[in-house]
Amino acid sequence: MSSITMVQAVNDALREEMRGDDDVVVLGEDVGINGGVFRCTADLIDEFGEERVIDTPLSESGIIGAAVGMALYGLKPVPEIQFSDFIWPAFDQITSEMAKMRYRSGGQFTCPMVVRTPYGGGIRGGHYHSQSPEAYFTHTPGLVVVIPSDPYDAKGLLKAAIRCEDPVIFLEPKRIYRAPKMDVPDDDDYVVEIGKAAVRREGTDFTITAYGAMVAVALEACEKAAEQGWSGEVVDLRTLLPLDEDAIIQSVTKTGRLVTLQEATKFCGFSSEISAIVAEKAIDVLEAPVKRVSGFDVPFPYTLEHVYMPHADRVLKAIEGVMTY
Amino acid sequence: MAEATMLQVLSPSGDVQSDLLPELSEERMVDLYRQMLRTRAIDTRMLALQRQGRIGFYGTCRGQEAATIGSGAAMLPEDWVYPALREGAVLLLRGYSLEQYMGQLVGCALDPTHGRQMPCHFGSDAHNYVTLSSVIGTQINQAMGTAWAMKIKKHKKVTLGYMGDGATSSTDFHCALTIAAVHKVPAVFFCQNNQWAISVPFSKQTASKGIAAKAVAYGMPGVAVDGNDVLAVYRATKEAADRARNGGGPTLIEAITYRQEGHSSSDDPTRYRDAKIHEEWMQRDPLDRYRRFLELEGLVSAEMDAEIEAEVKASVNAAILAAEASPMPDVNTLFTDVYAEMPEQLLEQREDVLQERNEGTADGAFPL
Ligand SMILES: Cc1ncc(C[n+]2csc(CCOP(=O)(O)OP(=O)(O)O)c2C)c(N)n1
Ligand SMILES: [Mg+2]
Repeated sequence: MSSITMVQAVNDALREEMRGDDDVVVLGEDVGINGGVFRCTADLIDEFGEERVIDTPLSESGIIGAAVGMALYGLKPVPEIQFSDFIWPAFDQITSEMAKMRYRSGGQFTCPMVVRTPYGGGIRGGHYHSQSPEAYFTHTPGLVVVIPSDPYDAKGLLKAAIRCEDPVIFLEPKRIYRAPKMDVPDDDDYVVEIGKAAVRREGTDFTITAYGAMVAVALEACEKAAEQGWSGEVVDLRTLLPLDEDAIIQSVTKTGRLVTLQEATKFCGFSSEISAIVAEKAIDVLEAPVKRVSGFDVPFPYTLEHVYMPHADRVLKAIEGVMTY
Repeated sequence: MAEATMLQVLSPSGDVQSDLLPELSEERMVDLYRQMLRTRAIDTRMLALQRQGRIGFYGTCRGQEAATIGSGAAMLPEDWVYPALREGAVLLLRGYSLEQYMGQLVGCALDPTHGRQMPCHFGSDAHNYVTLSSVIGTQINQAMGTAWAMKIKKHKKVTLGYMGDGATSSTDFHCALTIAAVHKVPAVFFCQNNQWAISVPFSKQTASKGIAAKAVAYGMPGVAVDGNDVLAVYRATKEAADRARNGGGPTLIEAITYRQEGHSSSDDPTRYRDAKIHEEWMQRDPLDRYRRFLELEGLVSAEMDAEIEAEVKASVNAAILAAEASPMPDVNTLFTDVYAEMPEQLLEQREDVLQERNEGTADGAFPL
């Protein structure tokens, strides 16, 4: 075990998988000598050289298109998009090509690869260094979408993603890149299974679903709710696609109340899907309408970011809503 | 780098190629200098403020003042400008107020864009200076489109589109130059080749012998110019703009220059920069070179230098204080301008926030 940050966890996962499999290559802008603008690929170039830790030109569609071609040929590329806000030039390669390759070739061609990209707000990054794009990808069959919420999962899930047979979008919540630290196994073979949610706090009165940096906000809100005698359960989704529906239904069946939490904009957000699934499969256990807490339906702001971002008090208000319905 | 063929009016040692001197009055020559000096003074001040935590982010123009001011000054007020990260000085050159400029950097109510973007993302319709996006390359296609519209509307105007060397690898660069040349739109594509895209050196950006050379394949003139020579940059840009204005179509200009600072306030260039090469470039500073020329011409003196510097410092400091004294943008501005009219769903969300603030729970509640 070592006590490490999420950045170090990502770095360790990459290093271990590169040691274990010569086909794993890392490519992207500034990932080489600079070690990535967030340092996730720090020093990999020293151990694996420029052939496997590749500084690319500034071309996101080029990076992902190249990685798709590499994957088709048998490499295991782990491209980095410097900020998920800059992934859009590659959207075509991701959704039309990478996601559909297996299907359209009748299973003859596949491109297992992991697109790593930092996402999310809370770092004073303005419009283009703060957005949460998960719903654009969860709307695309063929993709696996994973979001860790702590260093332990970041390492275990990334290792699992690199070993996964399907293409993975691996969204890293940059707000919690450097804190908190956490004990993470050094064992090469430790992975965290993709497709499984985790209950982060057990409770009996209401459920909060969350992922990424919002898990901590959900836990904080539960602490505050406890002061009023309400016992909250927090389900950390970890994998958004394919979704662990059972974990959600199980928790809601126990508590009877659901608050969904995400920092992405609200309308057509991932939480809306959770709400729909619960309405379809478990409406009879609900004692109050589902409440969604999210960012507002505006472009991500710079100066007023602290108002935009969901915080514990806002979540608490939603909890009050479902508890006093 | 195709330095052998790059246009130069002032050599690094200050020798003048007199037959290439652009037509500029003495007064304008001094003004170019003043603008360059102001740009540097603002950079110095802003980097210091960033380090003190008074602004959130900053990307300097340092080392690129000649390329920036020389090109910006070659355009007419009715021409349009699409900036990249380092061309804020062109907006000031076009008459933008220093208070609003600082307002944007601080993100306060003085900023007409309501602090919605990170620092350095200026824009002003009154100055035909289009609001910057952080997304590298996107403006190149838009500049092409604006130039095309100018042509369709038979306006004798030109669009100047800036980009870095990194941006020339983007998809947008390829699309923009392809279409611009086919349709002979009045655009000047101005690449600030400052040798770096964050930590990626020019040699890893492209194997092309320079950016100007790429123009050949697109079918437009490509001009390499010494980007640390303000008179050469002015000359090259003016020629390209005149040609565009008179129906001659687009030009790609590559200003060969150097980013003297880190990529931005979040970058540590010592991780990847060779100290010796850095020192060589520092010896080719654009301000030093131009000052030497102006001194020889008797247009500036040490006293004048000090005078300009003091004046710039005073106005910059006053603008900073005004910006810092200004309140934050109103919370209402979080919801305005998403649509021409605020839809129901946003009205509701705004109501929720205002209520939350009345209850005193939300003000600064998400810890940043
Ligand atoms: C599409 C996109 N990809 C990545 C980034 C992150 N990024 C910001 S600036 C930059 C390098 C830009 O280099 P260049 O175009 O040469 O401009 P310079 O900063 O040198 O002026 C990168 C990779 C971005 N802003 N947009
Ligand atoms: Mg550059």
